[in-house]
Amino acid sequence: MAAFILRRLGVLGVILFGSSFILYNLAAISGDPLEQLRLSSEPNRDFLIASLTRELQLDVPPPARYFLWLKGVFGIFVGNPNFGTGRDGALVSHSLALAIPVTIRLVLAATIFAIVLGITIGVITALRQYSRFDYAMTFVSFLLFSLPVFWVAVLLKEYLAISFNNFLRDPHVPLGWILVIGIASGVFWASIIGGTRRTFWIVFASALSIAIALVSTFSASGWFLNPGLGPIVVFGLSVGIAYGVTQLSVGLTNRAALKSSLTMAALALIMYYPANWVFDNHAGSISIILMAAFTVGAAVIAGLMFSKIDRMPIIRTTILTALLSGGLIIVDKFMQTWKPYMETDAINYRPVPTIGQRSDLLSTDNWWLSSLDIVTHLFLPTLALTLISFAGYIRYSRGTLLEVLNQDYIRTARAKGLTERTVIMRHAFRNTMIPLTTIMVVDFAGVIGGALITESVFGWSGMGTLFRNGLLGYDLNLLMGVFFVTASLSVVANLVADLLYSALDPRIRVGGA
Amino acid sequence: MIFRKKIKDEATGSTSGENAIVNKEVEGLSQGQIVRRRFFRHRAAVFSLGVIIFITIFVFTALDFRLFGIWRIHGWWKWKIDDIPELRFGDCPNDTVGCPTISFRPRFLGGSGFGLGDHPFGQDDIGRDFFSLVMKGTQRSLSVMIVIGVIGGTIGTVIGSISGFYRGKVDAILMRFTDFIITIPAIIIGSVVGYHFGNLGAMFLAFYLGLFAWTGLSRLVRGEFLTLREREFVDAARVAGASNRRIIFKHILPNAVGVIIVSVTLLMSGAILLETALSYIGFGVVEPDVSLGLLINKYQDAFTTRPWLFWFPGLFIISIALSINFIGDGLRDAFDPRQRRRISKKERQDSATARKLAQAND
Repeated sequence: MAAFILRRLGVLGVILFGSSFILYNLAAISGDPLEQLRLSSEPNRDFLIASLTRELQLDVPPPARYFLWLKGVFGIFVGNPNFGTGRDGALVSHSLALAIPVTIRLVLAATIFAIVLGITIGVITALRQYSRFDYAMTFVSFLLFSLPVFWVAVLLKEYLAISFNNFLRDPHVPLGWILVIGIASGVFWASIIGGTRRTFWIVFASALSIAIALVSTFSASGWFLNPGLGPIVVFGLSVGIAYGVTQLSVGLTNRAALKSSLTMAALALIMYYPANWVFDNHAGSISIILMAAFTVGAAVIAGLMFSKIDRMPIIRTTILTALLSGGLIIVDKFMQTWKPYMETDAINYRPVPTIGQRSDLLSTDNWWLSSLDIVTHLFLPTLALTLISFAGYIRYSRGTLLEVLNQDYIRTARAKGLTERTVIMRHAFRNTMIPLTTIMVVDFAGVIGGALITESVFGWSGMGTLFRNGLLGYDLNLLMGVFFVTASLSVVANLVADLLYSALDPRIRVGGA
Repeated sequence: MIFRKKIKDEATGSTSGENAIVNKEVEGLSQGQIVRRRFFRHRAAVFSLGVIIFITIFVFTALDFRLFGIWRIHGWWKWKIDDIPELRFGDCPNDTVGCPTISFRPRFLGGSGFGLGDHPFGQDDIGRDFFSLVMKGTQRSLSVMIVIGVIGGTIGTVIGSISGFYRGKVDAILMRFTDFIITIPAIIIGSVVGYHFGNLGAMFLAFYLGLFAWTGLSRLVRGEFLTLREREFVDAARVAGASNRRIIFKHILPNAVGVIIVSVTLLMSGAILLETALSYIGFGVVEPDVSLGLLINKYQDAFTTRPWLFWFPGLFIISIALSINFIGDGLRDAFDPRQRRRISKKERQDSATARKLAQAND
């Protein structure tokens, strides 16, 4: 195993060396970094040219200069990497350190949403193969495949952000929209749940009326200006989560799991006010992490208390329920912050920004306000990226699950008399996840390199912007710095994907032919 | 609840019956005929094929076109991209200028009847006819797409089949070479090439992008060759004394053609999005040339006042990419023998009655 990893790393090192050498020279011969200075008429022109030449070592021919750059990069092995300086005199490693977190923030949420949503819908379409929902989702995923991200981004800015901001000026949903939302949710739920014509209409009618009731209550009570869940709704939703998670993971017949999950829902109700007290007085990511750890601990204890045999799945279920319920409390806290956030001068009741990564005008030391600011700025880019990338996951998970469902071991599982839930969730879904996991890893690495367009549309300054600046200014060190990060990420991701595959699927052996 | 229907399906569906129906259908047909039949049964794919053919003809005949640089064919559209007609004032909503004259509303509904008018897609800032600009941009995007498809498809097929067929050292070297190309993200190489050589023309850009776009395809083709070369018919051919060349071209390649065609179509739908995205961020096709991505970039700020400058190029990108994706889906269904057509209830009943009748007659 170790020999395999070392050999792979060696080959990958050679590959990285080759591609960086080619890119460096390609970029170097294609333009002259001093061109603008030569044409300028500033009095100290010659001095500027000389100093830039000295700083960027432009007197060395590109192939040799590449090795100077490489020497700096090799410093990474002795803990002192040197990516050189950019044209503006800033250290490239410094610019990268600023840009990488921004890009990760941009793509992380979108990737997670895309994976969760895409796999969920993909699994449902596979289980309902050839249904109307399947056909509709196939069409939607093809449509999303074919959308250019910059086009979607402009549309979202115009129709979603600006109209939503306008809507908040007078947050009353008109009757027509209430009906449209109601019918849409009715059709959605009815086609997902399916069944006979009678159940279809029952589901349709109830989803329609629930949606209409919810939206009109929100509209009438000014909920959009001052949203919040409150302890009762948090408890209700947590009970729902407890039932849902238990049903999906071990089945409702497992009373121990259900009981310990419901305990977690009750815990969410009890902890609602204490948690809010902590949020108000000790805001910050550290306290949230500590509370998450506490939640997991409580879940493990509850799981151990309620179960006697087969403890692991029960504890897993309880932890999932507990974390989701805890997440609800955090969401609720964000909702409570919404009103003060909108009342600040920087926002002034137009909370969804179309550009930038944070409001510069918002000067506050309230952790929740600045976090909410980040969240609102993430809203549009995340939506655009999610829309674009989840289509792939729908297609892929649908295809894989259909293939798995045709396998003999699924037939065997059914023949043994296992419940359909166990067959789907334990036997089919887990095997579907094996190829999906490896795709996710590679995809995430690719997304970081490919955020160039999204960043430029939404005016974020992350890796894409650095790359763009490097390209436009013939700034080789900057360009190569970005390339080094993205290329190493993709190489490492491919290696990790291979190792994961062999870890998840015992039939695949790493290091073999 | 979700799962109950599945069991029912499983219980009622008799696999042997389905096989019988499918087998009977393809009796006495060649592989090509079977594939064509299956493809034409995919309604969305056939429709998309029609759309693509229509768009291609519509777009390429609209403007003046030079065939092989000699014959000049006159386009049917009255404006050229460098004509500067007078800007249309008045009759436009919100006091804008140069709004589109295309109309779909019939006269009896209060519209001006179906017609293109003088400037169906409106006019740009200086009055150039936007319809001709979009036509030109679509021509660019379509040809870039085809060039990338042809070059990427050829390189991918050659590299994939050689490494899959010969295995061993050749395979190791070629696959490391593929890894090497994969490390360079497509968008990065596209930007470097597009930014520095974009002024050499769209075809040059397409050529370069094609040189880097074949990696996924070559891996798929390699996998296909690796399995096919172990099959009995290849052994039979080898025992009969066929040369490597003959085995590759006569025996393996025809069987791998499905995988190749399908991935080339997907490569092409990706290519059109890559080209427009690169042009949008300014690293692809550059002015004075026209491209759909470039048009969108240029007029995105005008969206609030003159949205048509934004809508029409986008609609062309989406309809092309969507059609190509559907054609690819149709081809996949047609070539993949595992993908069986859904047997309708009526056919199943028919076959059941036929079987009963046959038993009764025995």
